[in-house]
Amino acid sequence: MQAFAQLLDALSFQPARNAKLRLIEAYLRVTPDPDRGWALAALTGGLDFPAAKPALLRSFGEDRIGAELFHLSYDYVGDLAETLALIWEIDPAAGPPPTLGEVVETLQRATRIQTPAILKHWLDALDSTGRWALLKLLTGALRIGVSARLAKQAAANIGDRPVSEIEDVWHGLSAPYRPLFDWLAGQGPRPQSNMGGAYVPAMLANAIDRAELDTLDPAHFRAEWKWDGIRVQVASSGGVKRLYSRAGEDVSNAFPDIIEAIDFDGVLDGELLVRREEAVAPFNDLQQRLNRKSVTPKMLKEHPAHVRLYDALWLEGEDLRGLSFDERRARLEAWMTMHPRQRFDLSPLVRFTDWAHLAGLREEMRQDGIEGLMLKRGDSPYVAGRPKGPWFKWKRDPMLADCVLMYAQRGHGKRSSFYSDFTFGCWRPSAEGRRELAPVGKAYFGFTDEELRWLDKWVRDHTTNRFGPVREVEHKLVLEIAFDGIGRSTRHKSGVAMRFPRINRIRTDKPADEADTVDNLLRFVP
Amino acid sequence: MTSDTLNPRSWLYPTPRGLYCEPGDFYVDPAVAVSRAVITHGHGDHARPGHRAALATPETLAIMRARFQEMPDTAQQPLKYGESVRMGSVDVSLVPAGHILGSAQAVLEHKGQRIVVSGDYKRRPDATCPPFEPGPCDVFITEATFALPVFHHPPDAVEIGKLLRSLDTFPERTHLVGVYALGKCQRVIAMLRAAGYDKRIWLHGGLASLCKLYQEHGVDLGDIALVSDAILETFKGAIVLCPPSAIADRWSRRFFDPIPAMASGWMGVRARARQRGAELPLIISDHADWAELTQTLKDVGAPKVWVTHGREEALVAYARSIGIDAEALHLAGREEEDEA
Repeated sequence: MQAFAQLLDALSFQPARNAKLRLIEAYLRVTPDPDRGWALAALTGGLDFPAAKPALLRSFGEDRIGAELFHLSYDYVGDLAETLALIWEIDPAAGPPPTLGEVVETLQRATRIQTPAILKHWLDALDSTGRWALLKLLTGALRIGVSARLAKQAAANIGDRPVSEIEDVWHGLSAPYRPLFDWLAGQGPRPQSNMGGAYVPAMLANAIDRAELDTLDPAHFRAEWKWDGIRVQVASSGGVKRLYSRAGEDVSNAFPDIIEAIDFDGVLDGELLVRREEAVAPFNDLQQRLNRKSVTPKMLKEHPAHVRLYDALWLEGEDLRGLSFDERRARLEAWMTMHPRQRFDLSPLVRFTDWAHLAGLREEMRQDGIEGLMLKRGDSPYVAGRPKGPWFKWKRDPMLADCVLMYAQRGHGKRSSFYSDFTFGCWRPSAEGRRELAPVGKAYFGFTDEELRWLDKWVRDHTTNRFGPVREVEHKLVLEIAFDGIGRSTRHKSGVAMRFPRINRIRTDKPADEADTVDNLLRFVP
Repeated sequence: MTSDTLNPRSWLYPTPRGLYCEPGDFYVDPAVAVSRAVITHGHGDHARPGHRAALATPETLAIMRARFQEMPDTAQQPLKYGESVRMGSVDVSLVPAGHILGSAQAVLEHKGQRIVVSGDYKRRPDATCPPFEPGPCDVFITEATFALPVFHHPPDAVEIGKLLRSLDTFPERTHLVGVYALGKCQRVIAMLRAAGYDKRIWLHGGLASLCKLYQEHGVDLGDIALVSDAILETFKGAIVLCPPSAIADRWSRRFFDPIPAMASGWMGVRARARQRGAELPLIISDHADWAELTQTLKDVGAPKVWVTHGREEALVAYARSIGIDAEALHLAGREEEDEA
């Protein structure tokens, strides 16, 4: 448990992806089974036990140091699990700390009534970091910025294998993954991939622009719209039905309407959308349904989910991945014609004669819900990862707005001495009848290293106020912001939220007064 | 030593200039320049320049001279640990506080009543200064920087172990450790040496003079060198110590993919550590944690305790719960500082 706690602790402070990977790898290499397997389960979200209630933690704390001191402590720290972990003291008489395996196996067997006594004993035996990790594990909120895919990548790295191989076998495995580690260490056979609702590693596209297109032969390519939703995989076999994000995270719980509509065996690739009548709803509507453990009936009714299909990887027990795109597409079309379904439809192919023609179609298509075009070679098999050549995405040109820099925050890692996260705003009438800036977004890329150095210096030279790592600056610098979409938002002060904003140009030539207004931005809202 | 009739507040009390001892006509750690000051230790919120006369340990006076351009206009009165001097009708002596080099508790006796102004202190061992000596008194004035039950500074070896383990995991990255120039810097070096780390430790220029002063006072810091003196040094896998503010400064750009670490008692609370941008928070403090504070109240056994700078409320509540007559004492010129 202590080693796992140290891992969680280090991960929680480490923002960089590669560094996180290294930390997990180092842990998986040296930690024995079954602990490392349980750790992998915890990091991939595969551990589930009856969560400890906040009331239990609070009562532990108040019993320990009295209500007044506990209240003062909680008030200062602001996180209940952390407060309890900090005020508790190790009891030398409690014996050695539990291993992660002990914790998980005991909790899986323990009754609700036994849990408090067991928990108390562990708190006595663990150090502060250990207690924090234990309580985070029990309250079901690790919040350390590690995705399931990242954890799998770390496992893949210790066996020197591509992550797609782990994903291929993953869903046939269960914690603590002994056969997986044996295989990775070269001491066991490759685990069987059980296709029961397993995720199949997705194929991804590279970005392309108009100029590069001229180097390609249009006759080799098929075009389809790139819908503005979430790329998903629908996987169903042997009665197990799942919906996965593109990274292999199981999002089935948030979309029972889709799961319910699956009445076939297969693995299909498509775009998850919210669809009302025939129209695709703005991305914002889909966002309402993401990241939820459960969904209300009202939500299901008002934000009905839908999958628009691009590709078939498996159909009725047959692996189609080795076939060409054209063959897979023909199979998918035939299958859809025979079994029309609610909540699933086919993303149509866009017919075109040459690139100029396609460019024209792309220009005309201003319909909401479309991000651009996908181009796929007709002869491309379905391969995991992002191979160069077979698939391209040709996004719609971004929307642009001139915004005024308001705040800058220091970055992390290599950027920790640079002000590299920029919050910018647009003008709107203030309550006093004058004009004020309302923050409309935040961007931390889009600029070159040289521009970053320039921006950093500008921020340092024009600071008006400091709040921890954040500086407020004079409202003088205009940034041209590029973004892929914009919607109304109640969570943002300005009432709008941008999709994928980045800094397109630094407009030192433009006075801040002439930057865009919030009203201008609202005109982009579909 | 007890005098039931004398009210201690009648001869030692807070004023806008600082804590004033009337029968001795001096201030303890005053917030502004005064005619006569008794200084517990060299940190900036306790030792200030410009006093006409200052009494402190020889080490503290040396630190003040190094920080305040030799202080030619201040009459300096060194008082060794355990020696006593009479000021007006008050006997003053200095006793080790275990905080930093030269740090002392000011023990004041007047008409048979003894008040201990402990300054800042800690109870755990520190290779760079003698340990805190608890002594009986009528009134004990304690700091309260970390006076909440959430503050339990882990053992030295645990925190230094974190740093050394990170060096193992990221052997090519520069480990940039933010430390306060006086006390924390030298203690972290001493802790690394005690853990067996014998490679060169690199220093930001702002840390040089106080390290030299510690060495002159017999504190062994091993192989240390200035970053600015290094030619063609990559600093890959090196430990570099710097003032906390330098991590965010352009100065830090010379290092290869640095890991910002921070050595401070505040690092025990995650939100505080994130606020400071620490990716490797090290909970290393020169102040007493909750256990040390509460143990000290028991060790000195004073019937009255005055609690100052920090989270007075919690320590006052605790002291009262064990039958001590405790109250908060609000002093001018104290704030939370990096040196914690």
